[in-house]
Amino acid sequence: MISQAAVIHNNEPIPLKKIPRLDVTDFQQALSAGLDTGLAITALPVVGDDILMVLRHDQQGRLHLLRTAKFNTWPSLAVRFPQMAPLERELAEECGINLKDHPHPVPLRYLPRNGQEHDSGYIGSHRFLRARGEEMHEVAVGPVHAGIIEPGHFRFLCHGETLFHLEISLGYQHRGIEKALGNSRPDKRLIMLMETVAGDTSIGHTMACCQALEGLTHCQLSPRAMDIRAIALELERVANHVGDLGAMAMDVGYAPTASFCGRLRGAFLNITAMLCGNRYGRGVVIPGGVAHDLDAELIQKMMTLVSRHFDDVTEAANLLWDNPSVLARMEETGVVTKKHARKLGLLGPAARASGLEIDARTDFQTGAYRRHQLPISVWFTGDVYGRAFVRWLEIQRSVTYILARLKELPPGNTQQPVTELPAEQLAISLVEGWRGTICHVVVTGKKGELKTYKVVDPSVHNWPGLALAVRGEGIMDFPICNKSFNLSYCGHDL
Amino acid sequence: MSFIALILSLALAPLLLSIINRSKAVIAGRRGAPLLQPYFNLTRLLQKGVVYSDVSSGLVQLSPVVNLAVLCCCVVLVPLGPIPAILHFSGDFILLAYLMGMGRFITMLGALDTGSSFEGMGASREAFFAALAEPAFFLTMAGLARITGAQSLNDILQTINSEHWLHATPSLLLIAVAFFLVFLAENARIPIDDPTTHLELTMIHEVMILDHSGPDLAMIEYGVALKIWLLAAIFAALFVPPGTNVLWLPLFLLLMVAIGMLVAMVESSMARLRLIRVPQLLISAGVFAGLALFLEFVQ
Repeated sequence: MISQAAVIHNNEPIPLKKIPRLDVTDFQQALSAGLDTGLAITALPVVGDDILMVLRHDQQGRLHLLRTAKFNTWPSLAVRFPQMAPLERELAEECGINLKDHPHPVPLRYLPRNGQEHDSGYIGSHRFLRARGEEMHEVAVGPVHAGIIEPGHFRFLCHGETLFHLEISLGYQHRGIEKALGNSRPDKRLIMLMETVAGDTSIGHTMACCQALEGLTHCQLSPRAMDIRAIALELERVANHVGDLGAMAMDVGYAPTASFCGRLRGAFLNITAMLCGNRYGRGVVIPGGVAHDLDAELIQKMMTLVSRHFDDVTEAANLLWDNPSVLARMEETGVVTKKHARKLGLLGPAARASGLEIDARTDFQTGAYRRHQLPISVWFTGDVYGRAFVRWLEIQRSVTYILARLKELPPGNTQQPVTELPAEQLAISLVEGWRGTICHVVVTGKKGELKTYKVVDPSVHNWPGLALAVRGEGIMDFPICNKSFNLSYCGHDL
Repeated sequence: MSFIALILSLALAPLLLSIINRSKAVIAGRRGAPLLQPYFNLTRLLQKGVVYSDVSSGLVQLSPVVNLAVLCCCVVLVPLGPIPAILHFSGDFILLAYLMGMGRFITMLGALDTGSSFEGMGASREAFFAALAEPAFFLTMAGLARITGAQSLNDILQTINSEHWLHATPSLLLIAVAFFLVFLAENARIPIDDPTTHLELTMIHEVMILDHSGPDLAMIEYGVALKIWLLAAIFAALFVPPGTNVLWLPLFLLLMVAIGMLVAMVESSMARLRLIRVPQLLISAGVFAGLALFLEFVQ
């Protein structure tokens, strides 16, 4: 607990001036105290001339806020609190402050400045960590990969077949989304941008954005709209988790589940398309509700399809759990212990597979999740198997949830008018996307414009988790570990 | 007659790969590529240009040619079921093993020549696993020679009959299992390697040929097909009736198809092994074959 901090709920607006402003030393002390007592850092955005800290208290479902004026030198907390490392790098890069004693102070994204290359060069031009000796070798992978995936550069320090260290260098997908949204009025473009923050999490990010706007304007959604949103979000989760199970099977060379799940992911995407006309859920969530309503016939059709495809998924997934050779590849591979998961501030299935009981749908309930709770799917092993199995648990629970929401869809309208944004307010929106907790920080300016828009995709917190998971593993097991996290590049790079 | 077998081998080899791929697809619920796809691929590759890395020497150009040449030499040494090999002499299986070894050696040199860390890693894995597969291969051959009393590959495979199977069942079964494991390892199949993966970090054979293109790649792909065909022919010959009656040829070819399907079934029913487990599998193949040899000596 931090005594000085302003404490708010998810989506609860707070006037900017109500957030206490401390000097750097007190700010850092408060931050350390918070992290020491089990709070987790969620975002460290720059708001005007201030630096804001957003800490999550998962058990209480509260967000703790503090701010400090910009300063020149920031004594790094990353050694004591590894979860600070990526956010400090981001902060240093965005407002040019110096990091003191940071273990690896390189830019997080190599943001271009005024259209020019970053001061320190192109992406990955920094000095990577090195190791020397007999049998030590470096393997560089990417940014162009063999598979059809996003660009990212990985540098492996290997000793024979054993992986000592992985350094991840991202930023290739930077599009300047936050900059595009700063000092703008929310318009149609806003939703378009949100849908492309991470193409596979369109619904998650759009929902986070809309909830923040609705929170700021005190817009109360109809139950029907809330439920349709939850259905869309869970469909996104199921589709991606099914795809991930297939991809993991593919990586260990187990063809049957790979083929089945590849098809079934498409089947769930098609159900999303029935909802809104787009397989990735674009256009379903809008400020004030949802853009598409469901009629009885469509509901019936969706329920039939969801149940039918779920039966197929069950069969495909059970092939995995029943196959000793698959389990031999997954079990005890890429272990992240509960302690490390907490220290790194992991989110989503990666955290839950290590035994952390955190899930924004339960801890920071909003919308439909407030009326209808979902159990948190947890496993304890922290290995690839754990991350795969948590996904399977979530698929089952999400499907049950989708079917229940479809069956009991409350009547009512689907859209509420959204008023103009109030001036100088701040709201933080947390949504449990399929990868983990998405955080959007929205700050309005004097005339009710969007002054600062900060997006924190769970990938930012989870990439270091991957680097930790593969330590000491065979380099051949990197792909399966990577797939078990399946993090976003564009969500990270923004 | 033997020359017909030679032409048959050279012509049909890619089909066996195709049968494996097709069966795998069917098991996974897909339709799969046409049976002639490997031929289409080869023609396509032959029509393409070649790209060579600036940092490579001539080795990278030499390796596909030498590899294909030695594999073509191997075709001459292996009987095709009832049709005898063109060339056979006592101890010729040693030549066969080392011709294949030479092919592998030159492929590894070609891989190292590109200077890529991926390919170096692949070459290192290939060298390690080949060193473990080789003794297993020789032990199976020694066991077969002991059982049949023949000394050339051709004679061994053409003498082995139901009588041997009846009297030396345990040894022959052990040898068959050991040989099948060697067969999977030599041809870079699951559970040792995954020929279909796109993940360079996990590859063994495929990663060594990443820098090859066009006709060079075609030669390598064709070499892969020849190798799997030859080793499958040896494996199948263990189960066909002895002698040189050409009427058994259809049965033999059917058996080759069955082996293709068997490989597909193995590949569809299990995941790849962890790399650190592969040596254990190959050593157990060696142990099986050694046990068979031991059984034959004590009898």
